[in-house]
Amino acid sequence: MSDHMLSVSEISCSYNGVQAIEDMSLDVGVGEIVAIIGANGAGKSTLMKSIAGLIRPDRGSIKFCGEDITGTPANRMIFKGVSYVPEGRRLFANLSVRENLELGAFSERSRDVVEARLAEVFDLFPILKERERQLAQTMSGGEQQMCAIARGLMCGPKLLMLDELSLGLMPSLVEKVLDSVAEINRKGVTILLVEQMVQEALEIANRGYVIQVGRVVQHGTSRSLLDSDELRKAYMGM
Amino acid sequence: MAESVCSRPSNGGTILADFSQVLIDGLMNGAIYALVAAGLSLIWGVMDVINFAHGEFLMVAMYACYWLGSLLGIDPLFSWVLTGAFLFFLSAASYLLVVRRCIGRSAMAPLLATFGLSIFLKNFCLNRFTPNFRLLSGTIMEGRVLHVMGASVPLPQLVTALFSLVVLGCLYYFIKRTRIGWAIQATAMDREAAELMGIDTGRIFTLVFGFGGMCVGIAGGFMTSYLAVFPEVGALFSLIAFVVVALGGFGSIPGALLAALLIGLVESFAGFYIAPVIKYVAVFALYVVVILIRPKGLFGW
Ligand SMILES: Nc1ncnc2c1ncn2[C@@H]1O[C@H](COP(=O)(O)OP(=O)(O)OP(=O)(O)O)[C@@H](O)[C@H]1O
Ligand SMILES: [Mg+2]
Repeated sequence: MSDHMLSVSEISCSYNGVQAIEDMSLDVGVGEIVAIIGANGAGKSTLMKSIAGLIRPDRGSIKFCGEDITGTPANRMIFKGVSYVPEGRRLFANLSVRENLELGAFSERSRDVVEARLAEVFDLFPILKERERQLAQTMSGGEQQMCAIARGLMCGPKLLMLDELSLGLMPSLVEKVLDSVAEINRKGVTILLVEQMVQEALEIANRGYVIQVGRVVQHGTSRSLLDSDELRKAYMGM
Repeated sequence: MAESVCSRPSNGGTILADFSQVLIDGLMNGAIYALVAAGLSLIWGVMDVINFAHGEFLMVAMYACYWLGSLLGIDPLFSWVLTGAFLFFLSAASYLLVVRRCIGRSAMAPLLATFGLSIFLKNFCLNRFTPNFRLLSGTIMEGRVLHVMGASVPLPQLVTALFSLVVLGCLYYFIKRTRIGWAIQATAMDREAAELMGIDTGRIFTLVFGFGGMCVGIAGGFMTSYLAVFPEVGALFSLIAFVVVALGGFGSIPGALLAALLIGLVESFAGFYIAPVIKYVAVFALYVVVILIRPKGLFGW
């Protein structure tokens, strides 16, 4: 129990009475990369949103670092060390890259810490340093995705949740972005990842969960999932 | 009602003197409109809420300033600090008590709620203070006039206009250059994403409503040095503020400033060179034309 950073137990969520996920459970250990795989509408984003505090589960509980955080509002979760990079990036379009990053560190009061984190993310994504003054909306999709990840890192999270990083990126860029994710993980950030590029995601992940219409249908190590015929047929077209 | 703004002796002057008089009047009125409109624009831009009580907040500020002046002898030159703070709290409280409950429901809900608030405030003042016009007399700037390029410029209006510009500049700087300002912009652009940054957007909304009230609190405070106060005084200003915001683009402070100066100028030029009764016709005609050509306003995004 205590070696789990995040434990989601049997949560159910609905939108206006329509069930989106049901009795879903999942654990993420300290230092792991865990991938969540599933078709469109399976409930992957809903799961992440309920962990991030954007929606409140109807039932079940969510524990983070041993503390019950079920129903904690989103604006408090970042102070607990959970950072969510939402689907579709959701950058602040009319603000510059720099201002977006500063907002990522909104929870951090110390100027020195913010500067140090800026240096870290610029080190990880040098392109952002060059584009510091550019408006977020004028950047390319790939640059925007890097900016979104960097913004998610600016709060110095323990757990970074990444929702569909690959959306709209070309395959070579997806690998590059996922490599950066692995690098972020090596620096000690635990990662929960939703990804349509199943093969690529499982290659960097330790473990994976497969969800279908709001339920976990399969989970295991990345190796075992990659070897599973069912999974290969359903999600990798092989 | 705005006749009381600019009743002043004709200097019977030359064409040039007339022109500079009309120009300066237009710019001064425009600057004041800009501050009144900025408060409306900020709330509208960040929260998508049209505050129909905005003009009544202005009226409340003017009454507050009037009573501070006539009962306690505090000059409008100083009481704007108090009315600005008072309106900040009044406006933030209206958000917390009334408007907050309507957010996230139908778009009509906050509109009707603020409309109700405006009727309440207006009738409260009508009931307590009678419909009579009240002009604060014996103020420090009273009757002082500067002469510029053949035009006579009353000091109260000039100081109000210049101060409006200073307040607008401060507000703009605050929104563009400070952490809280970025948080306000972020909340305006994407409330959910702002929450994910650790921004308590409910508090940002309260703050923004407070700032909206503060703008008319300060404007109203200064305006009391030359304008009569009565329960309907907010109506014209709020109408003009709507036009300014629609022309200038929602949430844009530079847009509000440019649109307000334009409207001030159209008003004074049409009033002088065509006919005084035409001035608001000209303002609203301009509004209709611009909205037909550019629905997002002259400077809108
Ligand atoms: N805001 C919402 N209001 C109503 N229903 C919603 C809302 N968001 C999601 N849903 C529904 O909940 C279900 C799960 O959606 P969710 O976004 O979690 O899927 P997902 O697995 O992330 O899909 P995708 O791969 O397309 O992002 C879907 O049936 C969806 O229609
Ligand atoms: Mg999704």
